[in-house]
Amino acid sequence: MSKTDHSLSIADQHSGVLDGVQKGALTLASLGVLGLIVSLPFSTIPQPAIWLALSLSAIVAGTLWYAHHSYANKPAGIKNNGVWHSGLTTRGIAAWVVGILLTGLYILLYFYPEYLGQAAEGEQNKGLIALFDPLAQLLHGGPASQWFMYGTLYTVSILAMGYKFILKYRNNKYQIVRTISVMFFQLGFAFLLPELLARLSLPYNDFKNMWPLNYSFFDEWNVKGLIDAGGFGLFMLLFGVAMIFVISPILTYFYGKRWYCSWVCGCGGLAETAGDPFRQLSDKSTKAWKMERWIIHTVLVFAVVMTVALVYSYLGDSAKGFWVTRGMLLGIIGLALGSVATVVLVRPGMVKEVNNTIRFLALGLLVAIIGLTVHAYITGRGDVFFVESYPLRKWYGFFIGAIFSGVIGVGFYPLMGSRVWCRFGCPMAAILGMQQRFFSRFRITTNGGQCISCGNCSTYCEMGIDVRSYAQRGENIVRSSCVGCGICAAVCPRGVLKLESRSSAGGKVQDRVSSDPIAIGKTGATLR
Amino acid sequence: MPHIVIIGNGISGITAARHIRKRSDARITVISGESEHFFSRTALMYVYMGHMRHIDIKPYEDHFWAKNRIELKHAWVQQVDAEKKHVKLQDGKTVDYDKLIIATGSASNKFGWPGQDLPGVQGLYSLQDLEAMELNTKGITRAVIVGGGLIGVEMAEMLHSRNIPVTLLVRETIFWGGVLPNEEAGLIGRHIIENGIVLRMGTEMKEILPCANGRVCAVVTRTGEEIACQFVGLTAGVHPNIAWLKDSTAIKTDKGVLVNEFLETNMPDICAIGDCAQFHEHPDLQRKNIEQVWYTGRMMGETVAKTVTGERTAYRPGHWFNSAKFFDLEYQTYGWVRHELQPGEEGHYWEHTNGKVALHLVWDQKSRVLHGVNSIGLRLRHEVFDRWLEAKATVDHVVAHLEEAAFDPEFYEKMEPLIRMSFKQAKTVTA
Repeated sequence: MSKTDHSLSIADQHSGVLDGVQKGALTLASLGVLGLIVSLPFSTIPQPAIWLALSLSAIVAGTLWYAHHSYANKPAGIKNNGVWHSGLTTRGIAAWVVGILLTGLYILLYFYPEYLGQAAEGEQNKGLIALFDPLAQLLHGGPASQWFMYGTLYTVSILAMGYKFILKYRNNKYQIVRTISVMFFQLGFAFLLPELLARLSLPYNDFKNMWPLNYSFFDEWNVKGLIDAGGFGLFMLLFGVAMIFVISPILTYFYGKRWYCSWVCGCGGLAETAGDPFRQLSDKSTKAWKMERWIIHTVLVFAVVMTVALVYSYLGDSAKGFWVTRGMLLGIIGLALGSVATVVLVRPGMVKEVNNTIRFLALGLLVAIIGLTVHAYITGRGDVFFVESYPLRKWYGFFIGAIFSGVIGVGFYPLMGSRVWCRFGCPMAAILGMQQRFFSRFRITTNGGQCISCGNCSTYCEMGIDVRSYAQRGENIVRSSCVGCGICAAVCPRGVLKLESRSSAGGKVQDRVSSDPIAIGKTGATLR
Repeated sequence: MPHIVIIGNGISGITAARHIRKRSDARITVISGESEHFFSRTALMYVYMGHMRHIDIKPYEDHFWAKNRIELKHAWVQQVDAEKKHVKLQDGKTVDYDKLIIATGSASNKFGWPGQDLPGVQGLYSLQDLEAMELNTKGITRAVIVGGGLIGVEMAEMLHSRNIPVTLLVRETIFWGGVLPNEEAGLIGRHIIENGIVLRMGTEMKEILPCANGRVCAVVTRTGEEIACQFVGLTAGVHPNIAWLKDSTAIKTDKGVLVNEFLETNMPDICAIGDCAQFHEHPDLQRKNIEQVWYTGRMMGETVAKTVTGERTAYRPGHWFNSAKFFDLEYQTYGWVRHELQPGEEGHYWEHTNGKVALHLVWDQKSRVLHGVNSIGLRLRHEVFDRWLEAKATVDHVVAHLEEAAFDPEFYEKMEPLIRMSFKQAKTVTA
C-alpha cells in the first residue's frame, strides 16, 4: 500500500475545505512519502535506518495528527459530510491520480521490482528496498525484498488508517473491536510472526492466510518445505488444511464470513481501514450483482481446477514424500465435492432461489472435475485436465494473484471502491459466502417498520449490496457477499439494522432467510 | 382494464402503486411535477450534506417502473374534473382515470411574517426546496432557522455540515415541546448546543428584514432583537399540499382532503392518502386527523391499494411508532408518551450518566399496562414493543424482559440492568 494514497485518502472529509492544521498534518505525511520516493535513485543509502525511521514516522505522525484533529474534538458520531462533494472520494481528478500511482506501484512491485531497488541474485539491494534492509535484518536477520517492503508499508497503512477509522466510528463499539482485531492480525500474524519464524529458520507462514486465497499453499515447494521442516512445519500444514475444512466452516456457521473477511483477513483489513474513504464507490445495481456472481465463482472454479491439477501432477502413485497418493487425492476430492453435492441434494430448499442454468452448470462442473480426475487416474496421465499444471498455476498467479487482487484490487480503490477483489475475485470469499448463505446463523435483521428508505446503508456498503431493498421490506439480509463490517447498521439513522448470529427463533438456519413480513398495522400492513 | 391514476410520487403514492400492481393488472399512472422518480424525502438532507447523491436516495432502480408496468408522468396537475373523470395538467393535456388517488403530501407553513417571501427565505420539504437551499446558502456567514421541530433540527445539521453558523429560534421554552417530555427535550437540546448551534428557546420571530439588494438581511424577534443573517429557514411545521385543488371544488377539503376511514373522499372513485389527507374523524382517536409521517403514509398507501382493487379496507394503523435522529442522537418511540403525563398515567425516566442515552416509560397507574416508550441513543426492537402493546403488557413485565427488545449492535454497553435498577429505586412520577 502506497503512502501516497494513505495521506491523500483521508483528505476531504469536510466538503473539500481543509483547515490549517489539516494542511500541516498532510504536509508532514507527504514529506514522509517524499522521503521514501527520493530514495529510489540511490544505489547505496546513507543511514538507511534513520532515513526509514524518519520517513515512516512522518507518515504515521501526519496521519494520526490529521485524524485526531479531524475527529477527536467533535462529538462522537459518524459524519460522512462532503463525501460526495470531494473529487478524491468521487472519482475526480485526485482519485484518478491516486489510482494511477497506486496501480503503478503494484505493477512495479509484481513485475519490475528492480526499479524499486530489488537486488538480483547475489547483489545488494538499492533505493527504496535498501531502505528497508535494517528493519529486515532486525526482524528476520536477512536483507529486505520487495515483499518485505510492501508488507511493512501495508501494515503501517492498516495501523495508521485503523486509528483514523476508530476515531471516526468511535461511537460504535462493534467498529472499534473489529478494527483492533484487523490491526492485531495484520501486525501479529501477517507481519511479525512470519518474520520471526524465518529468523528461527522455520518456513515462512501466515497462519490466517488460507487456501484458496493463499493459492500457493498447495504448491510443491511449500508443501515440501513444510514437511521437511519437521514437527512444527507439519503442524502448519495440518493447521492450514484444518483451517479450510474444519475451522473456517465452524466459525462461519456461528458468525458468518465476517469472522474472516472483516476481522482477520489482510485484504479486508486494508479495505476497512485505508479503503474506508472509498467504500461508497461500490456499484449497487442488480447488473453488478449478477456480474459479481459469475466472476467470483469462475475464479473459484479456476482456483480449484488449478490446485487439483497442480497437486495431482506432483503426487506419485506411492505415498513417498507427501504421504498422499494420486489415488488418495482422488478420494479426497470425490469426498469433498461429493459431500457438497449431497448436502445440496438432501436440502434442495436451500438452493431454491438458484436458477436451473446455475444448478446444472454447478452439477456439470462437479461431475467434470471428478470425472476427469478419475479418468487421469485410470489412464495414468499426469495432466488431469489435459493441460499442463505449471502453466495453469502461472496464469492463475499472473491474472488472479497479481492483476486482480493486487493491481485492480487495491490500485482501483479510488475508482471502484475498496472491496473489488473481495467482491468479484476472492475464491476464499466465494467459499465462505456459500457457507454463509446456506449454512450459517449470521444475518442482518431489520427493525420492524422503522426503515425510511434513505439509502445510507446501501450507499456505504462496500460490497455493493442494496441493503435498503431488503430493509424497506422488513426482510432479513442474508447475502453471500456480506462481510459483516456492520457499517450499514452504523450509518442507519433510524436504528433499523442489526448484525445477528444468535440462533433464530425456529432454530433452523432457513428461518433467517424467509423472515415473515411484519404486521405493523392491524389490517396487516406488511411493508412488502 | 381500469386506469388508476395516482397524483404524487412520494412514499404514500408509490406504496399504493406497488401494492395495486401486486394485487391487479390495472393500468397504473403516477403523476408528479416534483421529480421523475420516487425518492426518499427524509433523505434530502443527506444529499445537501454530501452523504449521498440524488441517485442514492432513489429506493428503486430506474428500470423498476417499466418492469412493473407503472407509468410515470413528470408533470404538474392543475385540476381534477370529477364529473368527466380526468385530471388536467398544467400544459393543458388531460389524463383520464377510472380511479384517482390523491397523494400530494405537504407544504411548509408560513404564518404571514413580514418578509417571508424574500429571496433567501425558504422551507425544506421538496426537491425544489433542496435545490433552492443549495443556491441560497452559497457563501453565507449566518443562518437563522425558525421552528424547533424535526425539519428545523435537520436544517441546522445540514448547514452545520458546511460550517455555516446557525441560530435556531424555538417558540416553546423547550425543544420540540409539543411532542417531547421535558427530560428528552432537555437532553436533545443540550446535544444540539454541544454541536455548536445557537439554540434560542422561547424566542419568536416578528419579521424578516431585506437588504439593499432585496435579499434577506436579518430577522427581528418579538423582543426587538435583530439577528443578522443571509438565510432564513422556515420550519414551523407543514400543512397539506392542496392549494392546487382550489379549482376542483367538487372535492371536499378542510385543511386537507377530507376522507373517511376507508380513505375515500366525498367523490366516488377518488381517494386521498398520506400527508394531504384529513380524516373527518381518525379511526384511532389517539391520533390527529392529519398524519404527516413517513410510516403512516406508507400504511395508507397499502390500505388504499386494497380498496381500489376491490377489497374495501379501513385504515387501521395499529400501534403508534416513530423515529428520528437529532445530530448524533437516535430517537425511537412506540405507543404513546405524551409531552406531559395524562390523567391516570405514571412514568419513569432513566438517563445514562453519559447524558446520551435515555429511556422513558409511561403506563397506566391502576392497571400498570404500558402506554408507551421513548428511547434516545438506544435501539429497541419494534416487533417486541408492538407485541407488548398489543398484549397490554404491564410495565413490570416490560422492564423485566427488556433484553428481548434490545437492538443495539454487538459489544454495546448493556443498558437493561441500569434501567432496571433505576426503575426499582425510583419513586415513580404521577400525573
